[in-house]
Amino acid sequence: MNPVELSLQNCIKCNICVTACPVAAVTDLFPGPKYEGPQAARFRGSDQPMPDSSVDYCSGCRVCNMVCPTGVKIAEINAKARGGMVAAGAVSARQRLRNNLLARSADLGRLAQPVAPIANAILNNRLVRIVTESVLGIAREAPLPSFSRLRFSKWFHGRPKTVSAKRQVVFFHGCSTEYYEPRVGQAAVAVLEANGIEVIVPPQGCCGLPLLSNGEFDAARDYHASNISSLLAYAKQGIPIIGTSTSCTLTLKEEAPELLDYYGEDAQLLAAHTYDFHEYLLELLEQGELLMPRRPIPLTLAYHAPCQYRAHRIGRPSLEIMGLIPELNIIESQAACCGIAGTYGYKREKYQIGMDVGRPLFEFVNSVGGSVAVCDSETCRWQITHATGIETVHPVELLAAAYGYTGCDRVEKAIAGS
Amino acid sequence: MRTIQTEVLIVGGGATGTGVARDCAMRGFKTVLVESRDLAHGTTGRYHGLLHSGGRYVVKDPKAAAECIEENRILRRIMPHCLEDTGGFFVVTPYDDPEFVPKFLEGCRHAEVPVETVPIAEMLRQEPLLNKEISHCFRVPDGSADSFMATELNAESSRQYGASILNYHHVMNLIRRGDQVVGALCHDLVQDEQVAIYADLTVNAAGAWAGKIAATADILVKLLPGKGTMVAISHRAVNTVINRCKMPSDGDIIVPIHTVSVLGTTDVQVTDPDHFAIEPWEVQLMLDEADKLIPGASEMRILRAWAGVRPLFQETVTTDSRDVTRAYALLDHAPRDGVDGVITITGGKWTTYRMMAEATTDKVCQKLDSPRPCRTHLESLPGAERGYHHLGARLKRLEEERSYGQLVCECELVTIEDVHHSISEGNARTVDDIRRDVRLGMGPCQGGFCTYRAVGILHEVKKLENSASNAALRDFLRERWKGLRPILWGRQLKQARLDELIFLNLLNVEQLPGPPATRLQPTMYDEPSTTGGSAAPSEREEAGK
Repeated sequence: MNPVELSLQNCIKCNICVTACPVAAVTDLFPGPKYEGPQAARFRGSDQPMPDSSVDYCSGCRVCNMVCPTGVKIAEINAKARGGMVAAGAVSARQRLRNNLLARSADLGRLAQPVAPIANAILNNRLVRIVTESVLGIAREAPLPSFSRLRFSKWFHGRPKTVSAKRQVVFFHGCSTEYYEPRVGQAAVAVLEANGIEVIVPPQGCCGLPLLSNGEFDAARDYHASNISSLLAYAKQGIPIIGTSTSCTLTLKEEAPELLDYYGEDAQLLAAHTYDFHEYLLELLEQGELLMPRRPIPLTLAYHAPCQYRAHRIGRPSLEIMGLIPELNIIESQAACCGIAGTYGYKREKYQIGMDVGRPLFEFVNSVGGSVAVCDSETCRWQITHATGIETVHPVELLAAAYGYTGCDRVEKAIAGS
Repeated sequence: MRTIQTEVLIVGGGATGTGVARDCAMRGFKTVLVESRDLAHGTTGRYHGLLHSGGRYVVKDPKAAAECIEENRILRRIMPHCLEDTGGFFVVTPYDDPEFVPKFLEGCRHAEVPVETVPIAEMLRQEPLLNKEISHCFRVPDGSADSFMATELNAESSRQYGASILNYHHVMNLIRRGDQVVGALCHDLVQDEQVAIYADLTVNAAGAWAGKIAATADILVKLLPGKGTMVAISHRAVNTVINRCKMPSDGDIIVPIHTVSVLGTTDVQVTDPDHFAIEPWEVQLMLDEADKLIPGASEMRILRAWAGVRPLFQETVTTDSRDVTRAYALLDHAPRDGVDGVITITGGKWTTYRMMAEATTDKVCQKLDSPRPCRTHLESLPGAERGYHHLGARLKRLEEERSYGQLVCECELVTIEDVHHSISEGNARTVDDIRRDVRLGMGPCQGGFCTYRAVGILHEVKKLENSASNAALRDFLRERWKGLRPILWGRQLKQARLDELIFLNLLNVEQLPGPPATRLQPTMYDEPSTTGGSAAPSEREEAGK
């Protein structure tokens, strides 16, 4: 037993997690976090036949962890149980193939990006989607992102090297910035450099979260180990590692060590030096070192703090930073989850659950209206756009624009239209 | 007053009594068994759940060890579904003398207890929480046993062979006519009426209470009840039975059974099997000793403490007519005390109950002059085809049936159907009876969320008066509470506080109409002694100086 499983002892059965779980609220296929987590965990044993099946309907959103008054690591217990199902061969080969296709975003990106237009055309073809749904079980309606023609790291290393003695940070771009949305990374670099900070982008792989949340622990372990080896040197020098993808940074901070039992010094050091992008900016602000944004953005926008962001337990740094932008009016969603939960909402059997989970959020975004919505997490952005038709941006894109950077098309379009 | 006539009357519905009932019924005797409470209410339902391999006794008592391994093999055959095939480790911690190892191995060889050396790395792979300082580890075929289920199944099998099993029939006295015991006068607690049961032979199988029963016929059977206190960790900290490799003593074993790990046990002589307390030093001793096996065990969530009383027989009569082994005592009171028509079986351990029952029934045959062969070692208990029980079995069933919406007891995964079955088929009369049948209320919340649900079902099925249901609710809450009091700290205290708010504040249980308790109310432990009482070993030593 490890610290995650031992936390089951804290449960007093109060049911608060059950009342807060957004998945249990919309489907009977998921008996709820208390049942799957601390309850079922008492019936799991390393030398026992695998008894689980319904735990696969946990989306891993971590709302349960957030509301638990006694500190049970429910979502992690569930993730480990799913890992146990995979290890025990309780997940069918076809499902695992599908899950791996969805979860290996780095491999997929490397393969498809060079032929992005063709790849996008194929993936957006309705017939192809019908076939992939029936053969692989990837929901035909689910919002697959488009590959970008530009690869973020190529763009970054192709630029004239910026040199600044003041501060250095390592930017962990994650797969979405690298292959799908380099604009987020470009905005982040613009913001950092405007603050006189040298940005370092070392070789890096997927954080491993999509694999972790599909129970593919062995593959995730490889990614995490390789990230430790490429990032550790920076952590040892005290250089912060910051990321715009809230789930990647959460994985480096907490999820990978906890789920993979990486309690060694290296993983702990890396975790201690990893920051969410806005968490880092907030520290600069508190030190009086943050450049104040001057350009007004006269928009009223809906903002959703992703579950994976709230799981950092650092407050709402994005909200605080966006609050510095002149004339920007942000309305925060109170919804639990958008429903996509990484790869969850892409699966045929879970697509509708994801959409039902996200309904309160979609209604909120629609009610606020506006030309764009704001969210820190990539898959959540895609889900929100899919469900509402409203384009979605990362908060850093707003900040970059407020610094005078004009590379964020969606923000510029929204400002122009206001 | 009802009267019943039978060939054999068995007093006591624990492992021994139901074992004797099954054996007698299988050998074709007309058999009646009476138990003063529910089956397994006494010592049988209050032990740590160990299926002995014999390893524990190979040095101290080789004969007992040989009996254990023989019966271990038989029980695995006839009741695998009551057992978990956990295996057992004997480990040498830094607190133990490695000199014991050769004696242990020689003892195992001599008693034919299979033993193999386990490399420490392999031991830690199998049980990662064990003390990394452990120097030797040996594997033996220990297991864990569901003594409630085994007792119920022995009773069920007895019934199938025509026996009549009467629980909640309290023996007021044996009926003695001159030099002959001819049966027993009972109080049926459910109907609240007297029942006279006349028998050709009465078998006193009342365990630690055997002395009290015999005394009602003016027969002296001296029993020194030995209290054993146990503490349960809220989950499976280990999946293997862990024994200290040393002479058996207090707090040297951890038994994983169902969803918990039982730390056991103490051995304190008490004067009355109905009156004893769980002393704080006993709980502390269990935790201190557990830390030696699993560092940090004492910081884990403790679910509950309980205590049972071992029947330790002390012979007071010098005669050749007794059949007393070191493991158990079988007394024929005709030659021993000049009183015919009654025999007493007491002592022993759960693992050897069947063998004791066989010896007892052989004596029954002899007394009734009707030799018939024993078959209890050949014929399985009902349901044995299911094979060994395993920890995940209930979760697996729930997942397959998708019946997780039907849970009454969420901790132990007991469904509405299970509770209905316990009431209608198992004839449960109280929530505590349901508990023994299906483990309701035995998990971390200790009845916090299932008690009111179970009482609701009992009310509905038994068509109870509201006042009776209220009393049944209070009965069970008190029964759970008695095991919580000795361990009220940390996480279990938080749980108890939540449960208290639910029952005393939200449901106002103390003020609900009806009597404070039913006739079938639980027996409670005494208050722990503040001074004197049964003192801690160190204090006893001090006193002896």
